[in-house]
Amino acid sequence: MPSIFKRIVRPALIAASLTAAVAASANTTILNVSYDVTREFYKEFNPLFAAHWKKSTGETVTINQSHGGSSKQARSVIDGLAADVVTMNQALDIDILHTQANLIPADWATRLPHNSAPNSSTILFIVRKGNPKNIRDWSDLVKPGVSVILPNPKTSGNGRYSYLAAWGYALRQSGGDEAYARDFITKFFANVPVLDTGGRGATTTFAQRGIGDVLLTFENEVALTIRELGADSLEAIVPPSSIRADNPIVWVDQVVKKKGTEKVAKAYLEYLYSEEGQELAAKHYFRPVDPKVLARYPDRFRQLELFSVEEVAGSWTNAQKTHFADGGVFDQIYTRK
Amino acid sequence: MASAIASTLSSHSGSAQSAPRATHDPRWVRWLLTTVALLFLAFFLLLPLAAVFTEALRRGVGAYFAAFGDPDALASIKLTLITAAIAVPANTLFGVAAAWVIAKFHFPGKSILITLIDLPFAVSPVISGLIYVLVFGLQGWLGPWLMEHDLKIIFAVPGIVLATMFVTFPFVARELIPLMQAQGADEEYAAITLGANGWQTFWRVTLPNIKWGLLYGVILCNARAMGEFGAVSVVSGHIRGETNTMPLHVEILYNEYNFVAAFAVASLLALLAIVTLVLKSLVEWRHAQAHVE
Repeated sequence: MPSIFKRIVRPALIAASLTAAVAASANTTILNVSYDVTREFYKEFNPLFAAHWKKSTGETVTINQSHGGSSKQARSVIDGLAADVVTMNQALDIDILHTQANLIPADWATRLPHNSAPNSSTILFIVRKGNPKNIRDWSDLVKPGVSVILPNPKTSGNGRYSYLAAWGYALRQSGGDEAYARDFITKFFANVPVLDTGGRGATTTFAQRGIGDVLLTFENEVALTIRELGADSLEAIVPPSSIRADNPIVWVDQVVKKKGTEKVAKAYLEYLYSEEGQELAAKHYFRPVDPKVLARYPDRFRQLELFSVEEVAGSWTNAQKTHFADGGVFDQIYTRK
Repeated sequence: MASAIASTLSSHSGSAQSAPRATHDPRWVRWLLTTVALLFLAFFLLLPLAAVFTEALRRGVGAYFAAFGDPDALASIKLTLITAAIAVPANTLFGVAAAWVIAKFHFPGKSILITLIDLPFAVSPVISGLIYVLVFGLQGWLGPWLMEHDLKIIFAVPGIVLATMFVTFPFVARELIPLMQAQGADEEYAAITLGANGWQTFWRVTLPNIKWGLLYGVILCNARAMGEFGAVSVVSGHIRGETNTMPLHVEILYNEYNFVAAFAVASLLALLAIVTLVLKSLVEWRHAQAHVE
């Protein structure tokens, strides 16, 4: 028995521990927890960054991806999903990492350029081919007989941005008259026959079940939806104005400190601001913050007037409290129907 | 499944001939009821099943098999098999032990134990997942301690196995308890009287008596372990190639508009289910044979 141990078991153990040690030093793994529709983008971005990181530091990095409904994903990180970086489509889902679990500092948004948002999107319309109801602007959505499809603002970022876009349009039309905006949004939701819980669900309702005259969704979803679900039956409409939907990103301090991945996590996020990262964002229909890159795609990103959430609702926290929390404006106008 | 229907039909007609007919419904009523039942089966079972396979093969056999070449798909298949390989034996062991205790012994609190075993059937799978988040999550009871000691339970494989075990907990026990209760403890008493020890009694007397029921329970347990979605979805964390099981991977592919791949993986799950059902029918048949003998 002792000889067997000496000859076979001990060398095997040593070899195993050596390989484990080598693997640990040469291969870092980080986890990017994101929302639903960025899968395709990060699937391409990750190998790009891995190659860049290898070239600049000689280290190998593997990036794992996790996708799901944005609020559910934020909840998972709070409950211990070990995300090195979190990439979302609204600041609210990142703020909560600070307020609920203190995983990141309160001033996280100031740590990277452009309020920590390397790219953005906006809300556009998809209509049936030929635009039979002649829908061009937000004011067309409150006309009687127009049926509007969007996901539930209480459960989806897509729905919240659509709601705030309509609200912002009305506020700006009336020079800041909240009563007018409230009336507008009430009429708007009177035209909504069904509220799905998420963006992709609403898209299916509109494109495959054929319900509604117009679908409100993110610019980056518009091209994909038309390509995948109805090149000959759907078309995109760009209204004269809409909301700017920033896609904020953050490294999770508590996780990266523990795992020792702070440097690579930061570099990963900073690389989103690089020429390559910006180009790739544009390729996936996210508006790059770099004006040089943006200018290269005039057909892809049509000119329209973009207003921010802060302009029309003060802040995300404020918007959540006033509009989407239980008993907020949305509950009041939607239940009144 | 087809064989199950066929066997029920044939046994039915067989008994109709030999035994006096219970009702005197006219022929057309019987035909109508049979047709309605078969139509219902066709619409709610066969049609969706056929749809899964047609959608999967829509772009040809090449695209179908290409879906399984994707590393994420392979990882999800592997994880599903690993999960079942841990959850099913564990629940088998537990199920036999629990059924043994409940059927062969009298003790206070027995009915409470039976109720507890049934609990996972009564609770929604989503809740089954959430309880683990509440216990092992960072905001939960054990989360901070686990974090300090670098132990990962939820959003990792152990959590998925735990949630699956919870959901599939009752299958084996539930199958065995009535069987063992019906058999009573007489044969075991006889064995012990003749000088057998506990293990001998179990291996030589109890196990042969329950083997078909046990196999049936294991098959059902395995089917559910591989197909579980709700509970696993809550504790998975959805890390691609790491913590996605086959049902979760199907959802992801579907949401990516990757319909062929989604239905290809779904068809594999459906195939597993069909194989399970065929096995189940075989076991039922053998079980019935064993009883006749």
